[in-house]
Amino acid sequence: MSIHVRYFASLRETMGRMEERLSPDGLLTVSDVWKAVHQGQTLPDQPLCAVNMAYAKPESPVQDGDEVAFFPQVTGG
Amino acid sequence: MEIQLLETPYDPYALLRDFEMAPDHLGSHFGAASLFIGTMRDFNEGEAVESLWLEHYPGMTERELQKIAEEVRQTTPFERGLIVHRVGHIAPGDTIVLIGTWSCHRAEAMTATSKIVEALKHRAPFWKKEQRGAKSHWVEKNTPGSVT
Repeated sequence: MSIHVRYFASLRETMGRMEERLSPDGLLTVSDVWKAVHQGQTLPDQPLCAVNMAYAKPESPVQDGDEVAFFPQVTGG
Repeated sequence: MEIQLLETPYDPYALLRDFEMAPDHLGSHFGAASLFIGTMRDFNEGEAVESLWLEHYPGMTERELQKIAEEVRQTTPFERGLIVHRVGHIAPGDTIVLIGTWSCHRAEAMTATSKIVEALKHRAPFWKKEQRGAKSHWVEKNTPGSVT
């Protein structure tokens, strides 16, 4: 199993990839997931984040099998 | 709440007519309908915009729109609701979003539609990328939802 990480819009372009899968070892929160793909950097106010398609906070817990998404401010409508 | 995400252009007035004529609609059991129709402009920030790419988060988009409708309904009761939103490639003049609510009286319908519009703008995971001449760029924020 793994944690499925997804990126959208401008963040997807910045990251150069739309998704990746991480080992859940040592990843307890959304912030941990961000740090794992950003060389330990703290998750800033932006991007927004979601766990299993529901808005989440940096301290929201994650577990094996979760889908974690990061994306910029939304601009629909 | 009926939610539709469409990849091709649609006529909001034809869609509304079909929605109101459907057998499961309210018949005469409502006194007010309030509608919002958002259309793609051919300009933004003083520059011509030739087209728009509208990205979304499949799955979360539908969930968030449903959640928004349920939350609004708790404080502003309405009988039926409709949200239609385009995704993908959009041309100037295309309808992007159609939001409608039907209720017994005008106050609930007008307020519910307005609340859904603002919540969608701030929470539903859609992102616009504008094509301006040879350049494209992501829209970074919404325009204000009220006038002063």
